[in-house]
Amino acid sequence: MSVELRDVGKRFNGTVALEDVTLEARPRELLALLGPSGSGKTTLLRVIAGLERPERGTLLISGKEALTLPPRERGIGFVFQHYALFRHLTVADNVAFGLVVRPRTRRPSRAAIADRVRELLSLVQLGDFGDRFPAQLSGGQRQRVALARALAVEPSVLLLDEPFGALDAKVRVELRHWLRGLHERLGLTTVFVTHDQEEALELADRVAILNAGRIEQVGPPGQVYDRPASGFVMEFLGEVNRLPCRVSGGKAHVGQCGPIVEASHLPDGCARAYVRPHEIKLLPADDPAGFPARVRSLSIIGPRTRLHLEQEDSIIEADVDRAVVDALGVAPGLVVGTQFLSVRIYPSS
Amino acid sequence: MAAERSLGESRIARLLLILAALALLALLLVLPLVLVFSEALAKGLAAYRAALGAPDTLASIRLTLLVAAIAVPANTLFGIAAAWCIAKFDVPGKSLLTTIVDLPLSVSPVISGMVFVLIFGAQGWFGPWLASHGIRVVFALPGLVLATIFVTLPFVARQLIPLMQHQGRDEEEAAIVLGAGGLQTFLRVTLPNIRWGLLYGVLLCNARAMGEFGAVSVISGHIRGATNTMPLQVEILYNEYNIVAAFAVASLLAFLALVTLTVKRLLEWRYGRELALTQSAT
Amino acid sequence: MTIAETILPRAQPYRVLPGFGPTLGLTVFFLSLIVIAPLGALFAKASGLGPREIAALLLTPRVAAAFRVSFGIAFAAAVVNGFIGLLVAWVLVRYEFPGRRLLDAMVDLPFALPTAVAGIALASLYADTGWVGGLLAPLGIDVAFTPLGIYVALLFIGLPYVIRTVQPVLADLEPEAEDAALTLGASGSQTFRRVVVPPLLPAVLTGIALAFARGVGEYGSVIFIAGNMPGVSEIVPLLIVVRLEQFDYAGASVLAVAMLVASFAGLLLVNLLQAWSRRRHGG
Repeated sequence: MSVELRDVGKRFNGTVALEDVTLEARPRELLALLGPSGSGKTTLLRVIAGLERPERGTLLISGKEALTLPPRERGIGFVFQHYALFRHLTVADNVAFGLVVRPRTRRPSRAAIADRVRELLSLVQLGDFGDRFPAQLSGGQRQRVALARALAVEPSVLLLDEPFGALDAKVRVELRHWLRGLHERLGLTTVFVTHDQEEALELADRVAILNAGRIEQVGPPGQVYDRPASGFVMEFLGEVNRLPCRVSGGKAHVGQCGPIVEASHLPDGCARAYVRPHEIKLLPADDPAGFPARVRSLSIIGPRTRLHLEQEDSIIEADVDRAVVDALGVAPGLVVGTQFLSVRIYPSS
Repeated sequence: MAAERSLGESRIARLLLILAALALLALLLVLPLVLVFSEALAKGLAAYRAALGAPDTLASIRLTLLVAAIAVPANTLFGIAAAWCIAKFDVPGKSLLTTIVDLPLSVSPVISGMVFVLIFGAQGWFGPWLASHGIRVVFALPGLVLATIFVTLPFVARQLIPLMQHQGRDEEEAAIVLGAGGLQTFLRVTLPNIRWGLLYGVLLCNARAMGEFGAVSVISGHIRGATNTMPLQVEILYNEYNIVAAFAVASLLAFLALVTLTVKRLLEWRYGRELALTQSAT
Repeated sequence: MTIAETILPRAQPYRVLPGFGPTLGLTVFFLSLIVIAPLGALFAKASGLGPREIAALLLTPRVAAAFRVSFGIAFAAAVVNGFIGLLVAWVLVRYEFPGRRLLDAMVDLPFALPTAVAGIALASLYADTGWVGGLLAPLGIDVAFTPLGIYVALLFIGLPYVIRTVQPVLADLEPEAEDAALTLGASGSQTFRRVVVPPLLPAVLTGIALAFARGVGEYGSVIFIAGNMPGVSEIVPLLIVVRLEQFDYAGASVLAVAMLVASFAGLLLVNLLQAWSRRRHGG
């Protein structure tokens, strides 16, 4: 029920797709592979499935060496990004496919197959759709058929490639919750690929962030968000302001006269400071604890206000409660004081 | 088809253009077709039937069917194999392969037949070897089959390659992951998806195989009752001024052409989008 | 449980879908046997003759006349087909009238009709005693057994090429451009000339090139109506047949290669035209 990858490397015609990937999907866990396009996450999923073969590394599925096994023998279920439903077969026949093509000795009886199909269709809440064709279904419905089809062969690991990528926003959110519910019900080890960080953070037990074929960080959603291991992760997850800073003697000086932050782990030289918009506190201009910034513009978004501030040649975005903005009488052109509640420093490159 | 759109031309102008197009097509296309049937039946139904029943003519009909029955399946098998390896995999030299597949279309029919005479004819590469083994290729069935295969080679492949390329590999990969074997995947997943394109290609291949003239003319030797396909029989009868008989056989071929066109039209009408992918300038 | 480090050889790319080897093998084998070897034999045979003999063969008056006839008439027919094809394509795409679908289907007739059938039908039609020939004879116009007959036959054969190449392009033309021209004050024919025809031009030229390539090598439709008089109405394919019947394989090969070179030039032209049209009009 577990998947273990060690030092997996894969190239396509000289371009690196995966490099030194070591990762584990624990039993019953919902693991997200998150990253921008081209980061290698789909390639990694396909390597687990057996649709690609890496040049280097080891893969263990449920403890067994799997790289030399063809897909059908790995005990995995795969849901493709564009569903890959068999367009000429009905929904029921699609779901039954994996059972129907089994060699005679392992094939269940027609009745047993029909039962299983019924069971799965009701699991994905498409019980009355058995006789329809994929073309007659909506995107969300097709996705559920693809899922039912993958589950029919009782895989021990479920792999989903951008399962909601091709759907519109509202359907995406609904299906997200539905998938989480299904996962808790079935308890199957699941690995899914997404470029949508909100999706990953909301759904997964653990998130693995990939960048250019490498794993930047793996951990529970809270951990990767609160304690990002690199500038890339910090930038990729959530919104962020990036400011130049100089490190000397274990201390990072943000901007010319900005805050001074502990950075004992970094060598002297240039570095990058990150602060999230909602971790910026506004103070009156004359408050000594604040660093001055001029307000360039502000937009009211529901209960919050978004401010564009100019500070020492940088533009900073702040996300502040409306009450504070009103209390300070903030308007374009005004100078306010800023205090960074949390700053993270990362090396420059 | 685009809905009726005009550039503001008057109704009269439009009418004139339509009539002009109709007249041209009637003159160039319809008239010859009508003539075929008219001449075939010029001496009445009995003469028509008698002409078709002549032994040499019957032999030519049998031969045409036989040649097609060998050439069409061979090229269908080839077309499927070529489309499979070109469309579902990354083959270096893909465009080279497709260019070679297209070659027979740009070769004159006479040359298509001639190249096989060069190889298998009395003075050809294998000529002496074949003679000493008593095998006849030129002026016999094998030659006819080879020339026909050459000429009709591209038809099925040209339909299937772009179609299968467009359809991608996802469904096949899904089937493999679900546990299907190679042949199972092809029969259950690929074949149903390509069936109309396949039928279309086979249809065109067959029409050409039965109707080919130039290539088989060169390689057949025109031996009456033995190596004449229907088009060759038409030629012989016409040159002997046996007009009714010539057009009688021609009418069968014309009828085949009309059936081909009708089925082709039906397929395009129902599966137009799929087939449109394969419609490159012929 | 041993965890073995798996290092796979680079040489064998991994393919999930089966059957690559066999299908590629079959494809290459079939192509070699049916296409490459025969064409190779042709070139081998032709190159067996020295350049002087080749020149002697090709530069006779009879051969030169045959090339003039084959290529010249094919070109003339293709050009006229360009105009007729444009007209017919326009009518079929832009207008609705009873029988349009039927007519559209008929356009493919020259593709589907066996060339021998077309050949004898056209010969009978345009003979002095024929339906059309009989009308023209009193006017002093002889069609059958003259170069004019070849011309008519190649018109028949080449017509669908232009129509079928132009139709999809015409159907895809953006209507807004024409509407814009009309609102800007252009007349119908001006709009046609300046807005409609330019994007169609590459397709028309492609169609003409295809019709030309087909016409040059055409045999069955032409051979009955042509008259086949050396120097006047003899086509190159017939010359090749004549040599074959005389067992002059080498001579026939030389002629065939000369024809193929010309056809290849035609194909190249088509590709260049299509590349030009893609660049000019965004495909």
